[in-house]
Amino acid sequence: MKIAVKRRYFVAAACAAMAFAAAGGARAQDSVKIGFILPMTGQQQSTGKQIAAAAKLFMAQHGDTVAGKKVELIIKDDGAVPDNTKRIAQDLIVNEKVTFLAGFGVTPAALAVAPLATESKTPEIVTAAGTSIITEKSPYIARTSFTLAQSVVPMADWAAQNGVKKVVSMVSDYGPGIDSENSFKAEFAKQGGQVLDAIRFPLTAPDFAPFLQRAADQKPDAIFVFVPSGQGGVFIKQFVERGLDKAGIKIIGPGDVTDDDLLNGMGDAVLGTITAHIYSADHDSPTNKAFVAAFKKANDGLRPNFMAVSGYDGMHLMYESLQKAGGKTDGDSLIAAAKGMAWESPRGPISIDPDTRDIVQNVYIRKVEKKNGELYNVEFATFPAVKDPIKAAEAK
Amino acid sequence: MTVNTLNAKNLAAPAANVSAYLKSRARWSPFEIAFWVFAFATIWLFPGKHLILKDTAILALFALSLDLILGYAGIISLGQAAFFGLAGYFAGLVAKYGIVNEPVVALVLSGVVAAALGFATSFLVLRGSDLTRLMVTLGVSLMLGEVANRYSNITGGADGLQGVDIEPLFGRFRFDLYGHNGYVYCLSVLFVCFVIVRRIVYSPFGLSLRAVKGNPLRAAAIGIPVKWRLVAIYTVSAGIAGIAGALLTQTTAFCSLDVFSLERSADLLLVLIIGGTGYLYGGLIGAVIYKFLQDWIANLTPQYWQFWIGLVLVVLVLIGRDRMRNWIGTVRGAVAGVGVRLLPRSITLGGAAPDGP
Repeated sequence: MKIAVKRRYFVAAACAAMAFAAAGGARAQDSVKIGFILPMTGQQQSTGKQIAAAAKLFMAQHGDTVAGKKVELIIKDDGAVPDNTKRIAQDLIVNEKVTFLAGFGVTPAALAVAPLATESKTPEIVTAAGTSIITEKSPYIARTSFTLAQSVVPMADWAAQNGVKKVVSMVSDYGPGIDSENSFKAEFAKQGGQVLDAIRFPLTAPDFAPFLQRAADQKPDAIFVFVPSGQGGVFIKQFVERGLDKAGIKIIGPGDVTDDDLLNGMGDAVLGTITAHIYSADHDSPTNKAFVAAFKKANDGLRPNFMAVSGYDGMHLMYESLQKAGGKTDGDSLIAAAKGMAWESPRGPISIDPDTRDIVQNVYIRKVEKKNGELYNVEFATFPAVKDPIKAAEAK
Repeated sequence: MTVNTLNAKNLAAPAANVSAYLKSRARWSPFEIAFWVFAFATIWLFPGKHLILKDTAILALFALSLDLILGYAGIISLGQAAFFGLAGYFAGLVAKYGIVNEPVVALVLSGVVAAALGFATSFLVLRGSDLTRLMVTLGVSLMLGEVANRYSNITGGADGLQGVDIEPLFGRFRFDLYGHNGYVYCLSVLFVCFVIVRRIVYSPFGLSLRAVKGNPLRAAAIGIPVKWRLVAIYTVSAGIAGIAGALLTQTTAFCSLDVFSLERSADLLLVLIIGGTGYLYGGLIGAVIYKFLQDWIANLTPQYWQFWIGLVLVVLVLIGRDRMRNWIGTVRGAVAGVGVRLLPRSITLGGAAPDGP
């Protein structure tokens, strides 16, 4: 009996030793680490949750070996606090020796890491933050999410072409809100429309009633709105409570307002809201149907949103860059491989602009409708292959 | 009660006794020496951990500033982030525009700027009770945060302050990617500030603060200028919080609106809850425990680490810090029994104030 026990220990120990040796060997030469820095806690946590889930799904579907190298995923929480992001990025570069940095829930986080990416020549794949300037801050940054102007400018164009003449802009008073207000105003004026008033309200005080009243008093055709994705439902609810929908005022805006993640819980008030965005879970393509089904299955029925698809495409970009670089893992080869890459994403055809390393993608105009008892953003018009309008304007 | 006991016991020569007491308290105990030797030894012991150690040192310094007013003067505050943030932006801006290039000089200046704000706002804090103080201090930091947001052409607004280029320390030591120089710098500054604070706390001035904390009315009755003592300590505390903020900006070459956030001030209270107040090392030990607990749990579960931190806090409160300190006291008692401890225990300064580290 005793001997049997001893033998079992011996076998276990031998197995453990072999596993260690194998792991050690893999680490020494053939492993590639991808460090995702995401807000998994705090106000932006849904961003982190969606991206992390999508990245894991991508690995489950495509395996963990690329170009003969074993891929290891590291997910770290920064709570969307930029000095945390910076320290974690430094730690990942120095101690974990990551090949890619990815994620970045908010613009300051992505910007804080840019100097590190340049200094250490580590590609920084931005899968969330949406301010235009990010990709200009380091030659090692590429983006698979979107820029705000990418959806705001088509929204302005569509509105101007579809009988909306007078608009009141209402945005949260912070970076992305101000950016969307400026982009919208400039483009809408260029298209012959009139912005009656530009209202900004505090980011942290989501009682919109007084601001909505001020907007309603000016009798616009539509209200252009940008609020962070969690506040969209509240905004639209208060809009309907004040009877503004019956007064014939439309709500238009970038798709953050009717975020897929939260849309179904917003209630019927949001029906008919028109938004422009890069992705809807309802997008009609086989690739997307497969993606949505797999994502829901892996995450207890959670619906993927634009953050999830950005994370998924970020993984695709990193895998394909490794493949194309033929096993080289230095930053210069990888970022060179990423430039100009094009593929079919669940959101439609996308590519990485070789000049700006920013994403080029279709922007869809959608309307909230009910399908099989659930609320969806249903796409009905497409602006194909939209580049970041701000950088495109600078290039001219 | 505090000063009174002292007087009653030693009516004959209170002044001599007090100065003897202060001298004995001001002596560095073997525990303290060991603590700092170990702190500096971490430079060579954990070269791979310098980044988080650097953050820990900054948090410890920040917590020390709160302990100074909370633990020694009884001022509860949720607004230390105001000083942290103001000095952080100041250090970032002077470096960005090349006004002051030497980091150490900029650091001292940032501390002075924060102290000036502390002095100006201290008069608000003097009014009202604890709850009012919480709200007033919180209000100051929120207001500064909004100002920084409003003047985004100077501060960079929500995107954070970009393009900060910190010159090498003394023209030689650059803040490297590995955080080595940054850590040595932060730890040294922490030590220098700690020595200054320690000197303040064990001076007659510090003793009078404790009297104020114990009973402001009585303190005033025996001739302590309560108001000015509080103004002075609040100003010093603001200066130290500012130095912590400037350290963060200098070692990360970045500053964002987040430095003013409520979370930053609230975390600080957590650190002191973990470490304990009123014995100088509370903030330091609390910072080490909090940072490493956070780092360790967040690695295991990036999504739910806050739950476990919360649980640890609840357990800490349930067990009671006093009880934990008693255990430490027991250990120390045993050590003292062996004869290491040389401090006379005949004079005690009330029961409330815990003595020594």
